[in-house]
Amino acid sequence: MKRFLHYLTIAGVAALPSAGYPGNTAEPAPGDAVAVTRRITEGQYRNIIADVFGTDITVGGRFEPDIRDQGLLGIGTSRVSISETGFEQYRDLALTVAAQVTDAQHRGSLIPCTPGSPKAWDDACATKFIQGAGRLLYRRPLDQAELATLVGIAQKSATQLNDFYAGVEVSLASMLVSPQFLFRKEVAVADPAHPGRARLDAYSRAARLSFFLWNTAPDNMLLTAAENGSLNTTAGLSKQVDRMIGSGRMSGGVRAFFADMLGFDEFSTLAKDPAIYPKYSFKAAMDVQEQTLRTITDHLLAQRGDYRDLFTTRKTFLTRSLGALYGVAVVDDVANGLPARWVPYEYAEGDPRAGILTHASFVSLHSHPGRSSPTLRGKAFRETFLCQRVPDPPVNVDFTVVQNTDNPIFKTARERLTAHRTSPTCAGCHKITDPIGLALENFDSAGGYRTLENGAPIDTSGELNGKPFADSVGLGRAIRDNPEAPNCLVTRIYSYAAGQTTKNGKDWIAYLQAGFAADGYRVPALMRRIAVSDAFYSVADTPVEETEQ
Amino acid sequence: MSSYHDFSRRRVLRGLLGGSAVSVGLPLLDCYLNSNGNAFASGEALPVCFGTWFYGLGMNPGLWEPTKIGDKYDMRSCMAVLQPHRDQINVISGLTAHLEGGNPHATGARVVTTGETTPPSGAVAGLPSIDTLISDVIGKQTRFRSLEVACDGSARTSISQRSGSSINPAEVSPAAFYTRIFGPDFTDPNAADFKPDPRTMVEQSALSAVADQRRQFAKNLGAVDRARLDEYFTSLRSVEKQLAIQLQKPAPMAACTIPAKGSDAEVGTDVTNAVANHKLFSALIAHALACGQTQVFNMAISGAASNLRRAGNTSTHHILSHEEVVDPVTGYQPNVTWFQERYMEAFRDLLVTLGSIREGDKTLLDRTLVYAMTDVSYGRNHSTKNFPVFTAGSAGGRVKTGLHIAGNGDTICRAGLTVQQIMGVRTGTWGTTLNQTSKPLSEMIA
Repeated sequence: MKRFLHYLTIAGVAALPSAGYPGNTAEPAPGDAVAVTRRITEGQYRNIIADVFGTDITVGGRFEPDIRDQGLLGIGTSRVSISETGFEQYRDLALTVAAQVTDAQHRGSLIPCTPGSPKAWDDACATKFIQGAGRLLYRRPLDQAELATLVGIAQKSATQLNDFYAGVEVSLASMLVSPQFLFRKEVAVADPAHPGRARLDAYSRAARLSFFLWNTAPDNMLLTAAENGSLNTTAGLSKQVDRMIGSGRMSGGVRAFFADMLGFDEFSTLAKDPAIYPKYSFKAAMDVQEQTLRTITDHLLAQRGDYRDLFTTRKTFLTRSLGALYGVAVVDDVANGLPARWVPYEYAEGDPRAGILTHASFVSLHSHPGRSSPTLRGKAFRETFLCQRVPDPPVNVDFTVVQNTDNPIFKTARERLTAHRTSPTCAGCHKITDPIGLALENFDSAGGYRTLENGAPIDTSGELNGKPFADSVGLGRAIRDNPEAPNCLVTRIYSYAAGQTTKNGKDWIAYLQAGFAADGYRVPALMRRIAVSDAFYSVADTPVEETEQ
Repeated sequence: MSSYHDFSRRRVLRGLLGGSAVSVGLPLLDCYLNSNGNAFASGEALPVCFGTWFYGLGMNPGLWEPTKIGDKYDMRSCMAVLQPHRDQINVISGLTAHLEGGNPHATGARVVTTGETTPPSGAVAGLPSIDTLISDVIGKQTRFRSLEVACDGSARTSISQRSGSSINPAEVSPAAFYTRIFGPDFTDPNAADFKPDPRTMVEQSALSAVADQRRQFAKNLGAVDRARLDEYFTSLRSVEKQLAIQLQKPAPMAACTIPAKGSDAEVGTDVTNAVANHKLFSALIAHALACGQTQVFNMAISGAASNLRRAGNTSTHHILSHEEVVDPVTGYQPNVTWFQERYMEAFRDLLVTLGSIREGDKTLLDRTLVYAMTDVSYGRNHSTKNFPVFTAGSAGGRVKTGLHIAGNGDTICRAGLTVQQIMGVRTGTWGTTLNQTSKPLSEMIA
């Protein structure tokens, strides 16, 4: 909370003129990238409120659902607006936050001055608060008109309600429903180093960087670097990027990216039949996500591991209750009644649970409520990790070949799906999904391990691009060694950071992919390479209109 | 776009702020119902209401379409539970949703709800849904432009959109829905005293000031982003208007009573819970309509490709629709049919609830039109021919009811065009490419 007071001291400092575009001729331009306007996500909203006002401010209420576009919510944020019902929800959130910030418990620490009388208007004090909070919430200093509007709202409200803090509260709530807060609007300016192209202005640059690396709005130091122009220099940019990558907050950025790529938003409506999977509680659904995100951040950040090894690593983190779901004993000496702890766990060599594909977060998310689905798992595998597109099923399908078979008593998924893979109508798609998904059939819909289905042994053999494997461990190795997997990650992470896919940007992606390989597939190095590049902030001169695809 | 400034009442009320309890007499609203209770004293009829009702995966072909065309039709087995309400229901058979690729469930639902054939791509693609077109005509004077609910636990199960960028999320919890309508912001239209809340007044004024920044914020935005921003400001103004309406003394509504707050059945995909929550939602929507809180609603018992499930069963309705073997004797999939029956029971619950609210010698259902729709006509093979859609209620006498109307293979958009015209949308055509039509189902227009 004290952080906020500290920020206020430099509020309102105007940006200095740009120090010129740093040149790096090794980088190709990222195609026709454009300045985008993105709606902030629920996670970003929560992070910003915690950063600006402290973690004891409760963000209660619901958020308008995000839309997934081309594999990422991060791209969908450039597509969504705010619906009528959605606006009502954002308003409820804003009122709840503003009421807490200005209540008797918090105003002393969060409002940087005390009004002459709590019942009377105090222009100087209100202006000070609005300027300081506005700079952090709008991610740049408020301009004169914005400041006048917000102070005007506060004054009018305070006067009419005879309550200074109520006035400030209404003004803060107004900021929190304003487009300047809810949308990250990027502003492009002419690029002196690259005639004919434009680049993001310093504040847009700071925001793109901060949301990418930390999944939150720029902090005071980053805003200051934007204000004094240093963020537009090679050295100044590198300094900020290295500071941010070296911070513990990097894990927030890495988690947000992977949670998006892995589709974890779908857990909010995932249902498992409690009669069939009694251990798969709401808590378990939260824990399985946490397991994977901990495994990822530990491997990529703490261990500086190779991205590809996420598909084969036997190291993970479990709680006692998650151990019960998996059927392994987790030793934890925490006293009864205390919250469960996450303890490192390593599966034995040869154990079928190697790599994140075998985590319950993957196999349970891509399953039906009451049984596994090799088709859904195979589809998710190709779309999530290889950036491939599995076609939709057609209209007016003749399902009779699948259903009216002489022997409907199929015991295993492999038997049930045989007709799909042999009938010409279905085989086109099922051949590309099912052999992958069948390798994960040892894991039921809740992530539990099994060797039999309906009493019949499960055959987990399959192939990926012609390479045969025997089981889940083999599938993990096959994707680990598939060059498309790291290439896909590069495409995804750039699109996530930029809020768009590249148009005519093959050279740029190829440059990043080559760099990723040269860096030993270290994800923080890839994120740094993107974040310090000129190209990341370079946009086509005029806004490029969306074209039909 | 600028109509939000037209709240002259706001200016009237501005002077009342800080005042004590005031009765605000306003000419238009200062009226009472006539002695029958079915119209305002001026003779003006109670307003019409419109709702969509969505169920997933269609019905068994050959088992829902009446054999007789016109009135006194035969209610078939799939819809048997609706037999007592036949004279309030129009069954529309024989209409087709033409698709041009895309996922059949999503595409079918899109054609039915927005008339758009080709899958949208890019930002702000996607046409407005039928309920928003209708709420632009009848939903502007109520506290809520419309209310959306889904019984499958997902806020994304909503047909209501201004575009693909602006989809109104559904409420999934009846308890939360209760609070939204009948919580602290509710004003009883029949209360003797009316005191505008000074707090609401300042909040409305603040939103108005935020809206005034539109031009400044839109600077340097490309056309697509500007369109998204316009949607945002449309939404902002809609909420601002909602506050303005809360500052007015509402017109008395004789049939308005405040329902008791119930407790949710577990929110999720178990069909038994979905039906239980549907019942709670039906009651809340009926009371919201009777109390003049909205005139438009959207209900979904399930989404497209219904993922509702039966407790203890390994398959969802959607999986069953593709995998369950057809019973050679009955000719249909027994477990799939079981789901269809639950959905029709839910629809019956809605009709019973709307019909139970008496407004003089009529009921709430009599001034409502509900359009029941689905995503595919027959889930088993993703067919989009012969779509099972139907309507209920006569919208204050604007609809002839109790009819079976045969569509002869025309586009399903004929049904959507018809309900729009009935609700007063001034449009002569609706739908795109093969689904475009200018032929309403004149049989049902009174």
